[in-house]
Amino acid sequence: MWTDFLILMKQEMMLIVIIFILLFLKLGKDRSNGSYMNIVNILLLTNLFAGFLWPTEGVLFNEMFRTNKLMILEKNILNLGILIISLQSTSWLETHKHVPEFYILLLSTMVGMFFMISAGNLLMFYLGLELSTIPLAAAANFDLAKRRSSEAAMKLIFSSALSSSLLLFGISIIYGTTGTLTFSQIPQYLNNNPLQIFAFILLLAGFAFKISVAPFHLWTADVYEGAPVAVTSFLSVISKGAVLFVFVSVLYTVFKPLAQAWYNMLFLLSLLTIIVGNLFAIRQDNFKRFLAFSSIAQVGFILVGISGSSQAGAASVVYFVLIYVFSNLAAFGVVSLVSSATGKESISDYKAFYRTNPVLSWILTIALFSLAGVPPTAGFFGKFFLLFAGSGKGNFLFISIAALNMIISFYYYLRIVKAIFMDENLKPIEKISIPLMPKLALYACITGVIAVGFISYIYDYIHLLSTGI
Amino acid sequence: MNLSLLIIIPLLTAVSILFSRGLKQVRNISLAGAVVQLGLAFFLLFQYMQQHTASSPEMMFQYSYSWFKPLNINYHVGVDGISIAMILLTAFIVIAGILVSWTTEKLSKEFFFLLMLLSVGAYGFFISLDLFTLFFFLEIAVIPKFLLIGIWGSGKKEYSAMKLALMLMGGSALVFVGLAGIYFNTHTFNILQIAQMPVPLTVQKLFFPFAFIGFGVFTALFPFHTWVPDGHSSAPTAASMFLAGISMKLGGYGCLRVATYLMPDAAQAYSWVIILFATIAIIYGAFATLMQTDLKYINAYSSISHCGFVLLGIGMLTKTSINGAVLQMVSHGLMTALFFAAIGMIYSRTHTRLVAELGGLLKVTPFISTVFVIAGLCSLGLPGLSGFVAEITVFMGSWQNPDKWYRLATVLACASIVVTAVYILRATGRTIMGPMNSAYETLTDAKWNEKLAAGILIIGIVIIGVAPFLINQLIGPGTDVIINKVLGVVK
Repeated sequence: MWTDFLILMKQEMMLIVIIFILLFLKLGKDRSNGSYMNIVNILLLTNLFAGFLWPTEGVLFNEMFRTNKLMILEKNILNLGILIISLQSTSWLETHKHVPEFYILLLSTMVGMFFMISAGNLLMFYLGLELSTIPLAAAANFDLAKRRSSEAAMKLIFSSALSSSLLLFGISIIYGTTGTLTFSQIPQYLNNNPLQIFAFILLLAGFAFKISVAPFHLWTADVYEGAPVAVTSFLSVISKGAVLFVFVSVLYTVFKPLAQAWYNMLFLLSLLTIIVGNLFAIRQDNFKRFLAFSSIAQVGFILVGISGSSQAGAASVVYFVLIYVFSNLAAFGVVSLVSSATGKESISDYKAFYRTNPVLSWILTIALFSLAGVPPTAGFFGKFFLLFAGSGKGNFLFISIAALNMIISFYYYLRIVKAIFMDENLKPIEKISIPLMPKLALYACITGVIAVGFISYIYDYIHLLSTGI
Repeated sequence: MNLSLLIIIPLLTAVSILFSRGLKQVRNISLAGAVVQLGLAFFLLFQYMQQHTASSPEMMFQYSYSWFKPLNINYHVGVDGISIAMILLTAFIVIAGILVSWTTEKLSKEFFFLLMLLSVGAYGFFISLDLFTLFFFLEIAVIPKFLLIGIWGSGKKEYSAMKLALMLMGGSALVFVGLAGIYFNTHTFNILQIAQMPVPLTVQKLFFPFAFIGFGVFTALFPFHTWVPDGHSSAPTAASMFLAGISMKLGGYGCLRVATYLMPDAAQAYSWVIILFATIAIIYGAFATLMQTDLKYINAYSSISHCGFVLLGIGMLTKTSINGAVLQMVSHGLMTALFFAAIGMIYSRTHTRLVAELGGLLKVTPFISTVFVIAGLCSLGLPGLSGFVAEITVFMGSWQNPDKWYRLATVLACASIVVTAVYILRATGRTIMGPMNSAYETLTDAKWNEKLAAGILIIGIVIIGVAPFLINQLIGPGTDVIINKVLGVVK
């Protein structure tokens, strides 16, 4: 029936409806920032719950758009992330002049990501990717008074343009050698000829830019540092998560015939990414730069999981991203509170943080432990399953190096814990009162960080959904 | 008995500590929790003794719950005699540790919370029969140590905390590779099932070093022992006790239960390497102790030497030597905990741990000094105390291995006892006897909590020392299973 698309594209539709509601509100009478944010948060909450209703599978528009339960779940994870970010950014947005515009930009990005996740065709995928990038660059510029914010936006747009051009080049060669752009048909025509491998490398580079895999990670730290915290957390969690979801499904389905080639590439790239991310993270003092490099290392670990090319590999990636949403957003939430209350963003400012802000300290500590992969936090399960999926291939040298790299990552996370709990500081950050919305967000994150690992049903469900891949 | 209680009770204690108010409540809750744990441990012991017969299964009180089904990960617990001995040891040390740190005022809530969290890890580790849960609990025990040392420690505490945490994490990373290697050749994490499967020798040879060295880091395997002196000496008293008494035993237990039991052929193949490094650790530890002037360093280095006996016992692969290794784990746990408790008591009064600055303490603090002497004598292996029983069992077991190089290692290890006697007697003599520093005349003797803590540990030491057959009966069936598996004896 022609109305099918309403159900199949309901998550995209929801977002577009929200965007239009915001647009009309903006055109109507003047409202206070508080009322805008309340409306947005309620809409996003409804959006999150609505996302779980009527999960259906299907294909639309000549395989341009497809959806299945895993994709719906992935979109729901992203919806959850945007809700948490929105709750967290209330204290930053309170004094901002353009609240609805900010949300419109972020939500358009989300629409792009959703189309990208559901793409069944390389062109559709490219369209979604572009839609998810350009508004984001505008959002990165949203600290209107700060030059660094504009700089971040410029860097983001340039690096995205480069990666898009690489992707397009790759796509065009794929089209040239296979004669099709549809995901379901490409594999039949892939036969490991060098031109196809070359095209794949270009595509991989494009992806690598988006998820900041070394050596394509150079933009990450600068953009993360300059952009407002809300955008940084969006970039590091949601934007990366979305591309990772697509990356897994594209590698596992479309490029399955090239599995040997991409396994070797992932092997090298993931180790390089982990090592580069780790080594640079050790030296950082700015918290946002630090989280940028730590997120690079995390992506390296995700690549280890992807390289396992099994059902467990796909499931562990989705599962890890879910956990990553909680743990990274908890860390960013604390950073954002501190930064909007005091303007302090460097790690050395956090010395003796525990003396003045015990609750925030524990939240940050638990989040960092989860990022480091220490039990009983969910991060442990996430990392374990990633490495475990990676070892399914039997390349234990690879796994040993990755596992030993966890020690380095452990070191720099503990360095912050040490600053918080053990170091002396004459002028620690003063006591910060946590407004209601960020508090809700932080508690939600911490509940997630602690619970997601133990509730095995979540992993089982994701694993079940990953069968198709 | 429901073994999960051993995890739930400390966890509940920890959570209720978080919600308590005031130092008094915190202490009382922790003590109550520790008492319940000790009660549970004894209840478990009695139930085991009652129900255990020659025909009972290898692991008793088993319970299994499918945790992550797609990966075949189960929450699977069960105990044999060895685990029960370890659980008892943990319960003893937890209660003693809490009593010793009774007066901790700095961030007391967090302190006791972390101690309880550490004990959750230890109990969970000892009852796990699934490699995933085992690994999970092993790692749980690392972070509390880091925070305990870093926040409440003394000296270069941040450095020591970081070193310990990183080295132990490195150990667990190696363990992870070992476990993954086992899994992908057997497709299960279940220890009992893996033990029934023939794991190819090449696989065993590849992954045994990962597992053994990984766990070995925890139990001060030479040359990965360097965290021990720093960690122990910087840690607050209770943390030192937990560290030496419980945490180092995680490693020994893991070497035995995971590495040796699941990869028996590789254990035989690599036995000489283990012996080599264990002997080095024993001798090096003993001589390094001779050079120490700080009481905590003395005990820490002697721990390296004593834990060497555990590894020696495991490496020798005879029935008696493995029995000895387990005995030594229990005995060393109790003894070092007692030693650290005594040192902590002395330090809290004199504010120094340097042997040269102490002296004549027997006159002013007779109780503490006596505890110190008992711990020392146990450490050098005086008959009647647990140290003697454990070491003589290891030596006898080791001598049963007829290879001449193994005999040489045994002889060298035996000879280290002499060195032990030197440093123990010297430290004891200078601290307890001798002329007294006039500043110490006003010191007060042990308070009730300290007396109780020391008393509990001494009871353990003496019971093992006087009636070793009790514990031999307990651990015998467990070690039988392991050694039969190693030597390929079919039941």
